[in-house]
Parts: sequence; structure tokens; C-alpha cells
Amino acid sequence: MNSKFKVSRFVPALSLLLVVFIAGCERPPMDSVQQGFRGTGMVAVSNPRLAAELMAGVSVPDPIPAVPPSGTTASEVYENVQVLGALDVSEFNRFMTAITQWVSPDEGCNYCHAATGFASDDLYTKVVARRMIEMTRQINSDWTDHVGTTGVTCYTCHEGNNAPLNVWVQNPGPRRAGGFTADSAGQNTVAPEAALSSLPYDPFSPFLLGDTEIRVLASQPLPQGAPVPAIKQTEETYALMMHMSDSLGVNCTFCHNSRAFSNWQESSPARVTAWHGIRMARELNTSYVAPLSTTLPAARLGPMGDAPKVNCATCHQGLNKPLMGANMLQYHPALVGGD
Amino acid sequence: MSMLSFERKYRIRGGTLLGGDLFDFWVGPFYVGFFGVTTAFFAILGTALIIWGAALGPTWNIWQINIAPPDLSYGLALAPLQEGGLWQLITICAVGAFVSWALREVEICRKLGMGFHVPAAFGVAIFAYVTLVVIRPLLMGAWGHGFPYGILSHLDWVSNVGYQYLHFHYNPAHMLAVSFFFTTTFALALHGSVILSATNPGKGETVKGAEHENGFFRDTIGYSIGALGIHRLGLFLALAAGFFSAVCIVISGPFWTRGWPEWWNWWLNLPIW
Repeated sequence: MNSKFKVSRFVPALSLLLVVFIAGCERPPMDSVQQGFRGTGMVAVSNPRLAAELMAGVSVPDPIPAVPPSGTTASEVYENVQVLGALDVSEFNRFMTAITQWVSPDEGCNYCHAATGFASDDLYTKVVARRMIEMTRQINSDWTDHVGTTGVTCYTCHEGNNAPLNVWVQNPGPRRAGGFTADSAGQNTVAPEAALSSLPYDPFSPFLLGDTEIRVLASQPLPQGAPVPAIKQTEETYALMMHMSDSLGVNCTFCHNSRAFSNWQESSPARVTAWHGIRMARELNTSYVAPLSTTLPAARLGPMGDAPKVNCATCHQGLNKPLMGANMLQYHPALVGGD
Repeated sequence: MSMLSFERKYRIRGGTLLGGDLFDFWVGPFYVGFFGVTTAFFAILGTALIIWGAALGPTWNIWQINIAPPDLSYGLALAPLQEGGLWQLITICAVGAFVSWALREVEICRKLGMGFHVPAAFGVAIFAYVTLVVIRPLLMGAWGHGFPYGILSHLDWVSNVGYQYLHFHYNPAHMLAVSFFFTTTFALALHGSVILSATNPGKGETVKGAEHENGFFRDTIGYSIGALGIHRLGLFLALAAGFFSAVCIVISGPFWTRGWPEWWNWWLNLPIW
């Protein structure tokens, strides 16, 4: 009875807890940027050491020197030039050199061009590349609300890889029993797509391929009239937002004042850019990328047989401005232009 | 001021930490002491500054009055009064008043020859406040990281700071704090109800005692923590709730800048999966 309470008895357990805490953490000092009125908590906090690491991973290739125009267009010299035919052939060749550097630096021209001749469309890679050039031109001309004048080039997403590293395909999710447990809506599954939370693991199909309503906040204190979005829709929206934050290396307050997520007056200007970005990704997926499922070989397709598609991470790759805002488009004006 | 007959016995001279006999007196039922004077000084000055800050602001709506900390650009320097300087002075007054109150409790404990459990417990609450407005801003390098003084504005701050880390429910210390808060209310409800059930008998019943209280919990869960134990447990739960609240905010920013879900990578990467 009356055994004395000894703190020392708990020291090993407490030390273990402390070690677990510290092991997973970072250390001060941190950088912070104020993004709203003082005291509102509209602040971006970043670790300068992690930021330096991230930026060290970004390399922007030197532009290929400009060439004097030859006075002849590409379609006069080459056959089957469907998109850039009106381009001066010198500039066309310069661009072909660039796209090789950007997309197939190891494989070279033959990654897209068959041995049977430049004009041949035998290789699927050439058909895809043509479609991607069209897509890039449309982004740079029609989606300046999102990409500004910085624009994008093939390198923005490819960064020297045959296929962009950050793409998504429809996710069938973990195998589950049938019946009414068939759909867990992403519960209890780690979703890298949602910044490693246990939110729905495919927030892309509804929002970046389909045009499901993203807004789930009630506009009235109590549900009235039309059915209001349920928790499931809310979690899907939240998962998409987690993906956006994670892809850009930012937090929720980069765009929103969380006291009223839906209120544009209290949101930062970045939210407007993001709003256009969602619609841009949706159009790129529906008009350009998803239809490629019939062109791409089976090995390039996802488990559900769909083509790899675009999300925020495809271009952003962890940076709120892709390639830290480097403007590569200025050296390749051929990549601006509509259909 | 009249006193109850037995009160005189407990109004003992001495035990002061500062000021000797000078402030060793009572005003009505309240012991004053040096720290009673400083409590009053800081509390009145701080309240006056808050009212002044409200007068400078756009509204007298009690919900919307907001006295915000300085811009981050002031760093750890003093800011002009209307641009966060008031917040800094009010913070000094608040810390001064809270610490004075705790030390006044210490003096009373010393007078009565009691343990320092009450001031120590209050100290944990002060620690949580100081963590928010002093320790974390110091670690982050700017007073602007403190929370604003206002009923709704401080809630907006809490919300935004939580969303800076994407999903605050994944913050391990927040998990502990929330669990301790709930467990505290759970333990208090069990304790309160068992005491009332024993001491508020129905008509014709006699008042029950410790044996009944212990008996109830032995019958239900096989164990009764006992009359002293429940208070130890209650104090531990309550202080742990406050302590881990302080931990959960001080690690958000100074020791973690990414989304909290990502912190759990160490768990996902354990070789046991």
C-alpha cells in the first residue's frame, strides 16, 4: 500500500517517446513569409535546408543558340509536318534538337523517328509527341491565366525523361471483399496522392477528368432544399486539395483563408491561378491525354487500361512555380499557338 | 471586514517570497501579498490596453474586437503601438499577471504549509500560453507568429495555422492532447457521478461512503483507483492535456514545416510491414 509514485519508473518510456518525436522532425531556424494581414495566420513556413535541397534538384538546360532563318518552311523541306509546318525550317530543326534534349536525351531522334524515314508515323512515340506539341501550344496560348507568360515547354514536365515522372492513372485501390464493404472511399489506406493522408486515393478521376463539383461548403447554416454534399464528397475535395498543396510544396493558406475557404475576397490571388489550373488539367486530360489510350502500348497504360494523365504534380513537381519560374518558352516561340 | 470564526486561524503571517511583511495583508477575503499587487497592476494595465486597442479598432462588437501581433517583418523587435506594439505590451502584461497569480498561490501554499500542486498545475496552463506567444515566436524569429487577441480572430488564427500543416489531426502531439482532453472530461464525469451517487441518496437511503464508491468500480471494471488516486489521475490527465497542447503547437513550424500526414513516414517505413 501507499507505494510512492516514482517518476523514474516512466523515464525509459518517456525517453522512447521523445526519441520518436525528435527522430521524425526538423530543426529551427525556419523561413516564414506573411501572406495576409498580421495575426491571421496566413503564413508560409519553410525549412531553408529542405528548400535548398529541393532547388538543387532543379536543373534548367541552357537554351540552344538562335539560328538565322533560312527562308524556307518546314513543310517545304519535310513531309508529313502536321503541326509546325509553317515554321522556318532552321527554327524547326533547332526545336527538334531541343525536344530531343528534353524528352529523349539518351535515345536521340530514333526515339520518335522510325528508320523508314522522318515522315513515318510508325512509332507511337511520334504520334504522341505531335499531340503533346499541340497540347503545349494550346496551353501557352489559351491557358495564360494559369501559366502566365512563363508558359511551359516539354521540359517543364519531362525534365529529360521519356515520360513525365508525376502522372496518374485510375487507381482501383486495394483489393477488398465484395458486398457493402466493397467501397471504403479511401478510408484507412495511405494515399500518397493525398499527401500521405488516409483520404480518397483517387481524387483525380472525379475532378481532373470528370467535372465533379469541388465546392462542398454549405452556403447556409442548416441543410435546406437541394441535397448538400456528404462527407464522402468533402473528403474527395480535401484529397484533391492535399494533392495540390503537396504538388506545389505549399500549404492551404497559400490560396485560402481557412475561416472561409469559399470566399474569394479573403483568398489570395494564387487561388485564381489554381482555379484556372484545375480547369486546364481537366481539359488537357479530356482533350489530349486520355484519348491517347488507344495510341499508347499496353505497357504505358494503367491497370484500368487508361493513359497516364496530368495532375498538378506533373508540371509543378513540388515547386509552386515549375522549374522555379524559369522561362524556357521565350527561346521557343514555336510552342505558342492555337489549333 | 468580518471573518468567519475559524478563518483567523488560517490567516498566518509570513511565507512571503518578496516584500516581507509589507504586502502581507488581506483585502476582504483575498490575500494580497507583493504578487497580488503585481497581479492587479498587470491585469488592470493589460485590460486598459486591450480597451485602448479596441478603441483604435473599427468595432466595439465584442466578437470582432481584434488586437493583432506585429507583421513578421518586425521580427523580434518592438513594433509601433498601432501596428502590433499594443499586442506586445498586452502580452507582457498577460504573462506578468499570470505568473504573479501563480506566485501569489505559492505564497498562500507556504502560509498554509501545503504542497505546491495548485500553482504547479496553473504553471502548466501558463506554460501553454507562453509557448504560443513567446517560445514559438522566438523559435520562429518573429513576434508576428503569436496569436491575435480577439474572440473570433484567435479562432481564425488557430484554423489557418492548423491548415499550414495541411491536416493538423495527424500532428502526433495534437492527437495526444485531444485524447487527454477527452479522457480528462471522462474521468471527471466518472468521478463526479460516483461521488454524487454515494452522497446524494434517494429518500430514505443513507449516505454511502468510499466502500460503495470503490465497490461500484470493482464491480464494473474490476479495479478502483481509490479516493487519492482519482485525484492524481485527474491532475495528470488535465496537465498532460495542456502540456501536449503546448507541444503540438511548438513543434508545428519550429520543428516541422510540411504536412503533418507526411511526418508519419517513419511509421510507414518501419520494416514490420
